[in-house]
Amino acid sequence: MSTLHTVNKSPFERGSMASAFAHAVEGDAVLMIEDGVLGARKTGAFSPTITGRSGAVSIYALGPDLAARGVKAEDVADGVTIVGYDGFVDLAATHDRVCAWL
Amino acid sequence: MSAYAFNGMQIAHDEEGYLTDIAEWTPELAELIAKSENIALTPEHWEVVNFLRDYYEEYQIAPAVRILMKEMTKKYGKEKGDQKYLYGLFPYGPAKQACKIAGLPKPTGCV
Amino acid sequence: MAERPKKTFLYLNRKAPYGTIYALESLEVVLIGAAFEQDVSLAFLDDGVFQIVEGQDASALGMKNFSKTYRALGDFEVRKLYVERESLAERGLSEADLMPIMWEDEDEDYAEKPSIRLVDRSEMTRLIGAADVVLSF
Repeated sequence: MSTLHTVNKSPFERGSMASAFAHAVEGDAVLMIEDGVLGARKTGAFSPTITGRSGAVSIYALGPDLAARGVKAEDVADGVTIVGYDGFVDLAATHDRVCAWL
Repeated sequence: MSAYAFNGMQIAHDEEGYLTDIAEWTPELAELIAKSENIALTPEHWEVVNFLRDYYEEYQIAPAVRILMKEMTKKYGKEKGDQKYLYGLFPYGPAKQACKIAGLPKPTGCV
Repeated sequence: MAERPKKTFLYLNRKAPYGTIYALESLEVVLIGAAFEQDVSLAFLDDGVFQIVEGQDASALGMKNFSKTYRALGDFEVRKLYVERESLAERGLSEADLMPIMWEDEDEDYAEKPSIRLVDRSEMTRLIGAADVVLSF
Protein backbone atom coordinates (compact mmCIF):
# COMPACT_ATOMS: atom_id res chain seq x y z
CA MET A 1 0.00 0.00 0.00
CA SER A 2 1.76 3.12 -1.17
CA THR A 3 0.89 6.62 -2.27
CA LEU A 4 2.01 8.74 -5.20
CA HIS A 5 2.20 12.36 -4.07
CA THR A 6 2.12 14.95 -6.82
CA VAL A 7 3.29 18.53 -6.32
CA ASN A 8 2.51 21.16 -8.93
CA LYS A 9 3.52 24.37 -7.12
CA SER A 10 6.97 25.87 -6.70
CA PRO A 11 8.29 25.31 -3.17
CA PHE A 12 9.50 28.91 -3.26
CA GLU A 13 5.93 30.12 -3.60
CA ARG A 14 3.96 27.71 -1.42
CA GLY A 15 4.29 25.10 1.29
CA SER A 16 2.81 22.31 -0.82
CA MET A 17 6.10 20.51 -1.44
CA ALA A 18 7.14 20.72 2.20
CA SER A 19 3.73 19.30 3.17
CA ALA A 20 3.99 16.53 0.60
CA PHE A 21 7.37 15.45 1.96
CA ALA A 22 6.14 15.76 5.55
CA HIS A 23 3.31 13.33 4.76
CA ALA A 24 5.24 10.87 2.58
CA VAL A 25 6.34 7.60 4.14
CA GLU A 26 8.79 4.91 3.14
CA GLY A 27 7.71 3.30 -0.10
CA ASP A 28 5.78 6.35 -1.29
CA ALA A 29 6.74 8.39 -4.34
CA VAL A 30 6.80 12.16 -4.83
CA LEU A 31 6.40 13.43 -8.38
CA MET A 32 7.14 17.06 -9.19
CA ILE A 33 5.09 18.43 -12.06
CA GLU A 34 4.36 21.88 -13.54
CA ASP A 35 5.95 24.59 -11.31
CA GLY A 36 6.75 21.87 -8.77
CA VAL A 37 9.79 20.94 -10.87
CA LEU A 38 11.39 24.27 -9.91
CA GLY A 39 12.16 22.71 -6.55
CA ALA A 40 14.26 20.02 -8.21
CA ARG A 41 17.19 22.33 -9.07
CA LYS A 42 20.42 21.00 -7.57
CA THR A 43 21.62 24.46 -6.52
CA GLY A 44 18.22 25.47 -5.12
CA ALA A 45 17.35 25.67 -1.43
CA PHE A 46 15.03 22.66 -1.64
CA SER A 47 17.66 20.28 -2.96
CA PRO A 48 18.95 19.07 0.47
CA THR A 49 15.39 18.09 1.49
CA ILE A 50 15.00 16.10 -1.71
CA THR A 51 18.34 14.38 -1.50
CA GLY A 52 17.82 13.69 2.20
CA ARG A 53 14.51 11.89 1.62
CA SER A 54 15.49 10.14 -1.60
CA GLY A 55 16.41 6.91 0.21
CA ALA A 56 13.02 6.12 1.72
CA VAL A 57 10.86 7.96 -0.81
CA SER A 58 11.21 7.70 -4.58
CA ILE A 59 11.41 11.15 -6.10
CA TYR A 60 10.57 12.03 -9.67
CA ALA A 61 10.32 15.14 -11.83
CA LEU A 62 8.40 15.41 -15.07
CA GLY A 63 10.85 15.91 -17.96
CA PRO A 64 8.67 18.08 -20.23
CA ASP A 65 7.97 20.48 -17.35
CA LEU A 66 11.70 20.71 -16.53
CA ALA A 67 12.57 21.35 -20.19
CA ALA A 68 9.90 24.01 -20.56
CA ARG A 69 11.34 25.90 -17.59
CA GLY A 70 14.94 25.63 -18.75
CA VAL A 71 16.01 23.14 -16.10
CA LYS A 72 18.54 20.78 -17.69
CA ALA A 73 18.93 17.18 -16.61
CA GLU A 74 22.38 17.92 -15.18
CA ASP A 75 20.89 20.74 -13.05
CA VAL A 76 18.53 18.37 -11.24
CA ALA A 77 19.26 17.40 -7.62
CA ASP A 78 20.76 14.01 -6.78
CA GLY A 79 18.12 11.44 -6.03
CA VAL A 80 15.58 12.77 -8.54
CA THR A 81 14.58 10.54 -11.44
CA ILE A 82 13.34 12.30 -14.55
CA VAL A 83 10.27 10.70 -16.13
CA GLY A 84 8.11 11.43 -19.18
CA TYR A 85 4.32 11.32 -19.42
CA ASP A 86 4.45 7.54 -19.78
CA GLY A 87 6.42 7.38 -16.54
CA PHE A 88 3.76 9.51 -14.85
CA VAL A 89 1.09 7.05 -15.96
CA ASP A 90 3.16 4.09 -14.72
CA LEU A 91 3.63 5.75 -11.33
CA ALA A 92 -0.09 6.41 -10.99
CA ALA A 93 -0.81 2.79 -11.92
CA THR A 94 1.73 1.21 -9.58
CA HIS A 95 0.64 3.09 -6.46
CA ASP A 96 -2.59 2.48 -4.56
CA ARG A 97 -3.70 6.12 -4.59
CA VAL A 98 -2.66 9.51 -5.84
CA CYS A 99 -2.54 12.42 -3.42
CA ALA A 100 -2.27 15.85 -5.03
CA TRP A 101 -0.67 18.68 -3.07
CA LEU A 102 -2.14 21.75 -4.72
CA MET B 1 -34.52 36.41 -16.96
CA SER B 2 -38.04 35.59 -15.87
CA ALA B 3 -39.77 37.08 -12.85
CA TYR B 4 -42.77 36.70 -10.59
CA ALA B 5 -45.14 39.68 -10.89
CA PHE B 6 -45.91 40.47 -7.28
CA ASN B 7 -47.47 43.60 -5.72
CA GLY B 8 -46.48 45.61 -8.75
CA MET B 9 -42.88 44.39 -8.53
CA GLN B 10 -40.88 42.00 -10.66
CA ILE B 11 -39.16 39.38 -8.49
CA ALA B 12 -36.48 37.66 -10.57
CA HIS B 13 -36.19 33.88 -10.66
CA ASP B 14 -34.09 31.36 -12.57
CA GLU B 15 -35.37 29.14 -15.39
CA GLU B 16 -36.77 26.66 -12.86
CA GLY B 17 -38.51 29.24 -10.69
CA TYR B 18 -36.01 29.53 -7.80
CA LEU B 19 -35.59 33.09 -6.54
CA THR B 20 -32.47 34.91 -7.73
CA ASP B 21 -32.23 36.84 -4.46
CA ILE B 22 -33.46 34.89 -1.46
CA ALA B 23 -33.77 38.16 0.50
CA GLU B 24 -36.80 39.08 -1.65
CA TRP B 25 -38.91 36.28 -0.20
CA THR B 26 -42.03 37.04 1.84
CA PRO B 27 -44.81 34.69 3.00
CA GLU B 28 -47.14 36.41 0.48
CA LEU B 29 -44.68 35.68 -2.30
CA ALA B 30 -44.62 32.06 -1.14
CA GLU B 31 -48.39 31.88 -1.77
CA LEU B 32 -47.83 33.15 -5.29
CA ILE B 33 -44.98 30.72 -6.05
CA ALA B 34 -47.11 27.89 -4.65
CA LYS B 35 -49.97 28.89 -6.91
CA SER B 36 -47.68 28.70 -9.93
CA GLU B 37 -46.86 25.17 -8.76
CA ASN B 38 -50.58 24.36 -8.39
CA ILE B 39 -50.32 24.06 -4.64
CA ALA B 40 -52.66 25.74 -2.16
CA LEU B 41 -50.62 26.20 1.00
CA THR B 42 -52.08 24.61 4.14
CA PRO B 43 -50.61 24.74 7.68
CA GLU B 44 -48.98 21.37 6.89
CA HIS B 45 -47.22 22.90 3.88
CA TRP B 46 -46.12 25.85 5.99
CA GLU B 47 -44.63 23.51 8.57
CA VAL B 48 -42.28 22.15 5.89
CA VAL B 49 -41.58 25.56 4.33
CA ASN B 50 -40.75 27.09 7.70
CA PHE B 51 -38.61 24.11 8.61
CA LEU B 52 -36.60 24.55 5.41
CA ARG B 53 -36.14 28.27 6.03
CA ASP B 54 -34.93 27.61 9.59
CA TYR B 55 -32.54 24.94 8.34
CA TYR B 56 -31.17 27.32 5.72
CA GLU B 57 -30.76 30.09 8.26
CA GLU B 58 -28.82 27.77 10.52
CA TYR B 59 -26.64 25.96 7.98
CA GLN B 60 -26.72 28.13 4.83
CA ILE B 61 -27.83 25.19 2.70
CA ALA B 62 -31.11 23.58 1.77
CA PRO B 63 -31.27 19.94 2.88
CA ALA B 64 -31.68 17.06 0.43
CA VAL B 65 -34.92 15.03 0.69
CA ARG B 66 -33.28 12.30 2.72
CA ILE B 67 -32.21 14.82 5.34
CA LEU B 68 -35.53 16.65 5.28
CA MET B 69 -37.27 13.35 6.11
CA LYS B 70 -34.87 12.58 8.91
CA GLU B 71 -35.08 16.03 10.46
CA MET B 72 -38.88 16.33 10.13
CA THR B 73 -39.19 12.97 11.90
CA LYS B 74 -36.99 14.22 14.68
CA LYS B 75 -38.82 17.51 15.07
CA TYR B 76 -42.47 16.63 14.40
CA GLY B 77 -42.64 12.86 14.61
CA LYS B 78 -42.57 9.90 12.28
CA GLU B 79 -45.72 10.69 10.27
CA LYS B 80 -44.43 14.17 9.36
CA GLY B 81 -41.11 12.81 8.15
CA ASP B 82 -42.79 10.14 6.07
CA GLN B 83 -41.86 10.15 2.40
CA LYS B 84 -45.43 9.56 1.21
CA TYR B 85 -46.75 12.34 3.43
CA LEU B 86 -44.16 14.81 2.18
CA TYR B 87 -44.67 13.87 -1.47
CA GLY B 88 -48.41 14.21 -0.87
CA LEU B 89 -47.82 17.83 0.08
CA PHE B 90 -45.24 18.53 -2.61
CA PRO B 91 -45.77 16.11 -5.52
CA TYR B 92 -42.71 17.28 -7.45
CA GLY B 93 -40.37 16.55 -4.59
CA PRO B 94 -40.60 17.86 -1.04
CA ALA B 95 -37.12 19.36 -0.99
CA LYS B 96 -37.10 20.63 -4.56
CA GLN B 97 -40.60 22.08 -4.69
CA ALA B 98 -40.85 23.21 -1.08
CA CYS B 99 -37.47 24.97 -1.35
CA LYS B 100 -38.74 26.89 -4.33
CA ILE B 101 -41.79 28.03 -2.36
CA ALA B 102 -39.57 28.83 0.63
CA GLY B 103 -37.48 31.09 -1.61
CA LEU B 104 -34.36 28.96 -1.13
CA PRO B 105 -31.89 27.68 -3.71
CA LYS B 106 -32.32 24.20 -5.09
CA PRO B 107 -31.09 21.66 -2.52
CA THR B 108 -27.46 20.65 -2.79
CA GLY B 109 -27.17 17.27 -4.42
CA CYS B 110 -30.31 17.67 -6.53
CA VAL B 111 -29.86 17.62 -10.28
CA MET C 1 -29.44 -4.80 -5.82
CA ALA C 2 -26.10 -6.16 -4.70
CA GLU C 3 -24.28 -4.04 -2.15
CA ARG C 4 -21.02 -2.75 -3.48
CA PRO C 5 -18.25 -2.54 -0.90
CA LYS C 6 -17.89 0.98 0.46
CA LYS C 7 -14.82 2.89 -0.51
CA THR C 8 -13.08 5.23 1.87
CA PHE C 9 -12.86 8.79 0.59
CA LEU C 10 -10.56 11.32 2.21
CA TYR C 11 -11.07 14.97 1.32
CA LEU C 12 -7.82 16.85 1.89
CA ASN C 13 -8.46 20.52 2.71
CA ARG C 14 -5.35 22.70 2.72
CA LYS C 15 -6.56 26.21 1.79
CA ALA C 16 -8.03 29.02 3.84
CA PRO C 17 -11.62 30.00 2.98
CA TYR C 18 -12.71 33.12 0.97
CA GLY C 19 -9.33 33.92 -0.66
CA THR C 20 -9.81 31.16 -3.18
CA ILE C 21 -12.75 28.96 -4.14
CA TYR C 22 -11.13 25.68 -3.02
CA ALA C 23 -12.76 25.46 0.42
CA LEU C 24 -16.29 26.11 -0.83
CA GLU C 25 -15.84 23.77 -3.79
CA SER C 26 -14.62 21.03 -1.48
CA LEU C 27 -17.63 21.44 0.80
CA GLU C 28 -20.04 21.29 -2.14
CA VAL C 29 -18.41 18.16 -3.49
CA VAL C 30 -18.60 16.57 -0.04
CA LEU C 31 -22.32 17.37 0.24
CA ILE C 32 -23.11 16.06 -3.23
CA GLY C 33 -20.87 13.03 -2.73
CA ALA C 34 -22.60 12.22 0.57
CA ALA C 35 -25.60 10.97 -1.42
CA PHE C 36 -23.48 8.03 -2.62
CA GLU C 37 -23.17 6.62 0.89
CA GLN C 38 -19.45 6.01 0.90
CA ASP C 39 -17.18 6.19 3.92
CA VAL C 40 -16.24 9.87 3.90
CA SER C 41 -13.64 11.62 6.04
CA LEU C 42 -12.45 15.21 5.87
CA ALA C 43 -8.89 16.22 6.67
CA PHE C 44 -7.93 19.77 7.56
CA LEU C 45 -4.25 20.61 7.42
CA ASP C 46 -2.01 23.54 6.52
CA ASP C 47 -4.22 26.63 5.93
CA GLY C 48 -7.23 24.32 5.63
CA VAL C 49 -7.60 24.52 9.41
CA PHE C 50 -8.85 28.11 8.95
CA GLN C 51 -11.97 26.71 7.27
CA ILE C 52 -13.37 25.58 10.60
CA VAL C 53 -12.26 28.33 12.97
CA GLU C 54 -15.01 29.85 15.07
CA GLY C 55 -16.34 33.36 14.54
CA GLN C 56 -16.17 33.77 10.75
CA ASP C 57 -18.19 36.69 9.40
CA ALA C 58 -18.11 37.08 5.63
CA SER C 59 -21.06 39.47 5.48
CA ALA C 60 -18.97 42.53 4.57
CA LEU C 61 -17.46 40.57 1.67
CA GLY C 62 -20.91 39.96 0.22
CA MET C 63 -20.21 36.24 0.42
CA LYS C 64 -22.16 33.45 2.04
CA ASN C 65 -20.77 32.49 5.44
CA PHE C 66 -20.40 28.85 4.49
CA SER C 67 -18.62 27.99 7.73
CA LYS C 68 -22.12 27.33 9.12
CA THR C 69 -22.53 24.55 6.61
CA TYR C 70 -19.80 22.40 8.20
CA ARG C 71 -22.17 21.97 11.14
CA ALA C 72 -24.69 20.30 8.80
CA LEU C 73 -22.21 17.60 7.77
CA GLY C 74 -23.41 15.33 10.55
CA ASP C 75 -26.87 15.26 8.92
CA PHE C 76 -25.16 14.03 5.76
CA GLU C 77 -23.47 11.25 7.74
CA VAL C 78 -20.08 12.89 7.45
CA ARG C 79 -18.83 12.48 10.99
CA LYS C 80 -15.06 12.29 10.79
CA LEU C 81 -13.26 15.61 10.54
CA TYR C 82 -9.56 15.11 11.18
CA VAL C 83 -7.57 18.22 12.08
CA GLU C 84 -3.79 18.17 12.10
CA ARG C 85 -2.35 19.34 15.41
CA GLU C 86 0.91 20.67 13.93
CA SER C 87 -0.98 22.78 11.37
CA LEU C 88 -3.00 24.38 14.17
CA ALA C 89 0.07 25.03 16.30
CA GLU C 90 2.07 26.57 13.44
CA ARG C 91 -0.76 29.09 13.01
CA GLY C 92 -1.09 29.88 16.68
CA LEU C 93 -4.39 28.03 16.93
CA SER C 94 -5.67 25.37 19.28
CA GLU C 95 -8.75 23.17 19.41
CA ALA C 96 -10.53 25.91 21.39
CA ASP C 97 -10.40 28.17 18.30
CA LEU C 98 -12.40 25.69 16.22
CA MET C 99 -16.18 25.63 15.78
CA PRO C 100 -17.90 22.86 17.68
CA ILE C 101 -19.04 20.46 14.97
CA MET C 102 -21.27 17.67 16.21
CA TRP C 103 -23.27 14.77 14.84
CA GLU C 104 -26.38 13.25 16.35
CA ASP C 105 -26.44 9.58 17.18
CA GLU C 106 -29.91 8.32 16.31
CA ASP C 107 -29.27 5.10 18.17
CA GLU C 108 -28.66 7.01 21.39
CA ASP C 109 -31.68 9.33 21.33
CA TYR C 110 -29.89 11.87 19.13
CA ALA C 111 -27.04 12.33 21.57
CA GLU C 112 -24.59 14.90 20.20
CA LYS C 113 -21.08 13.64 19.59
CA PRO C 114 -18.08 15.61 18.36
CA SER C 115 -17.05 15.14 14.73
CA ILE C 116 -13.69 16.88 15.08
CA ARG C 117 -10.75 14.65 15.91
CA LEU C 118 -7.32 16.14 16.45
CA VAL C 119 -4.53 14.03 15.03
CA ASP C 120 -0.82 14.55 14.83
CA ARG C 121 1.08 14.59 11.55
CA SER C 122 2.05 10.94 11.66
CA GLU C 123 -1.58 9.93 12.14
CA MET C 124 -2.61 12.23 9.26
CA THR C 125 0.02 10.51 7.12
CA ARG C 126 -1.42 7.15 8.09
CA LEU C 127 -4.96 8.31 7.19
CA ILE C 128 -3.81 9.39 3.73
CA GLY C 129 -2.17 6.02 3.26
CA ALA C 130 -5.32 4.18 4.37
CA ALA C 131 -7.81 5.93 2.06
CA ASP C 132 -8.99 4.31 -1.16
CA VAL C 133 -9.36 7.72 -2.76
CA VAL C 134 -7.82 11.05 -1.78
CA LEU C 135 -9.51 14.16 -3.14
CA SER C 136 -7.42 17.32 -2.79
CA PHE C 137 -8.63 20.87 -2.51
